[in-house]
Amino acid sequence: MKKYLTYFRIRFIGGLQYRAAALAGISTQFAWGFLYILLYSAFWRADPTGFPMEFSELASYVWLQQAFLALFMNWYYDSDILGMISGGTIAYELVRPLDIYFLWFTKTVAARVSRAVLRCFPILIVAFLLPAPYGLTLPPTPLHAVMFVVTAVLGMFVVTSFTMLIYCTCFYTVNATGVRMVAQAVADFLSGGELPLPFMPEAMRRVIELTPFGVMQNLPFRIYSGNITGNEMWFLFGMQLLWVCVMMLGGWLWMRAAMKKVVVQGG
Amino acid sequence: MKLYFRYFMIQLKSQMQYKLSFFFTLMGQLITSFSAFLGIFFLMKRFHAVEGFTTNEVMLCFAAVLMAFSIAECFARGFDRFAPMLGNGEFDRIMVRPRNVILQILGSKIEFTRLGRFTQAVVMFCVIIPTCGVEWTADKILTLVLMILGAAVVFTGLFVIYAAVCFFTTEGLEFMNIFTDGGRQFGAYPLAIYGDGILKFCTYVIPLALCQYYPLLYLTGRVDELWYGFLPLISVVFLIPCFLLWKLGVRHYKSTGS
Repeated sequence: MKKYLTYFRIRFIGGLQYRAAALAGISTQFAWGFLYILLYSAFWRADPTGFPMEFSELASYVWLQQAFLALFMNWYYDSDILGMISGGTIAYELVRPLDIYFLWFTKTVAARVSRAVLRCFPILIVAFLLPAPYGLTLPPTPLHAVMFVVTAVLGMFVVTSFTMLIYCTCFYTVNATGVRMVAQAVADFLSGGELPLPFMPEAMRRVIELTPFGVMQNLPFRIYSGNITGNEMWFLFGMQLLWVCVMMLGGWLWMRAAMKKVVVQGG
Repeated sequence: MKLYFRYFMIQLKSQMQYKLSFFFTLMGQLITSFSAFLGIFFLMKRFHAVEGFTTNEVMLCFAAVLMAFSIAECFARGFDRFAPMLGNGEFDRIMVRPRNVILQILGSKIEFTRLGRFTQAVVMFCVIIPTCGVEWTADKILTLVLMILGAAVVFTGLFVIYAAVCFFTTEGLEFMNIFTDGGRQFGAYPLAIYGDGILKFCTYVIPLALCQYYPLLYLTGRVDELWYGFLPLISVVFLIPCFLLWKLGVRHYKSTGS
């Protein structure tokens, strides 16, 4: 456990060095956040009764999404790891007395967290200062705040375990760009990155919420604003716990199977 | 032109060497932009209209912007990939050749996989053009073509700026994505729905609205003045500052010499 924590620290501190990149990222996120708010407010003006959630809940969703993009984005891959798989330096990684699945899992999580830490605060602060329906509001009860943190961490684990599955596919193909693109496009849409899930047709939303994609960013962001509450919250939280276990176990087994096929050539 | 054609053929042949990979990337592109389509479709289905624009009108706008973006991205991809070119000294090699620099950069990368988006735009046009209720007279067809070409010019100009900025920062600047990817994402809707400020910005600073919102007004019969339909022609002017900035960048460029 301590070994993994050390790796986490190395990666985390390494990630914190890219401050200029973070600044550029923050400005991008601000622009996207504002444009999304403007877009949805145009729809709100068109027909407020068609809105599946309160406007303030939506605004919180948009700002949290922009602030914590790094935690939940499905298109983030550790280029070091991809390079290791295609370049063969994975051999060094296999020599280490660590489980490769958890090692890579830790590295990916650390990279995500360090990016998010650098970027989230300016966005959150400004979003709090924005006028009433357009800004970020506080969670309705302390319970929602706690559950937001818990489900956000678990949600990030689900996203990362999905990324791990993509790493696994890289063992089988020479150029995995295509597979990656398809996977990230599908995952991004189904997890509510393009459009919050409540805006999708009812039946579709219900089905998605039972899949791993429904418990990625959808759950924590909507718990935060109180859009998901009571029994529904506990049920989806249970689903999330289940998916974390299933996805991680599945990924771990798959990676072990893939490792058996890896042939390291000497020299 | 002949040289560019040669580049074109070489790129096409080299990308066709990896057919499966090419196909998958094409599919990836298609699905990525299809999810954007679904997002818009679900929103429009729920609300029926936004700022008075109907679903079909929004889809027409989206298809035009998408097609323009995919054209620009397919051919001007070399500028988008310019930062690594500066870094690895490739640009030095381009400078010493006795041919036009811009032509060589355009030819250095032609991304045919971007045609995934193009395909989707074509399909969308096939569905929307007969059903959107626009009477397709000759001038309206011309307006639509100008919209697409004009927006492609604007996106190309943005890619050039992106590359020109690399001369000063050596890194690509992420916030330029607001204009390129953001233009594609948010340009799907008529730009007026974002309010006056954004519309003015997109008219006078980055003239995307000239190729999108105003001609759309003419297409859908909201205004009758013909000149609205020819506004995309003005967007060509946007290329002038872009290339001036580029020239400035080239002059500023110092090789690392390695």
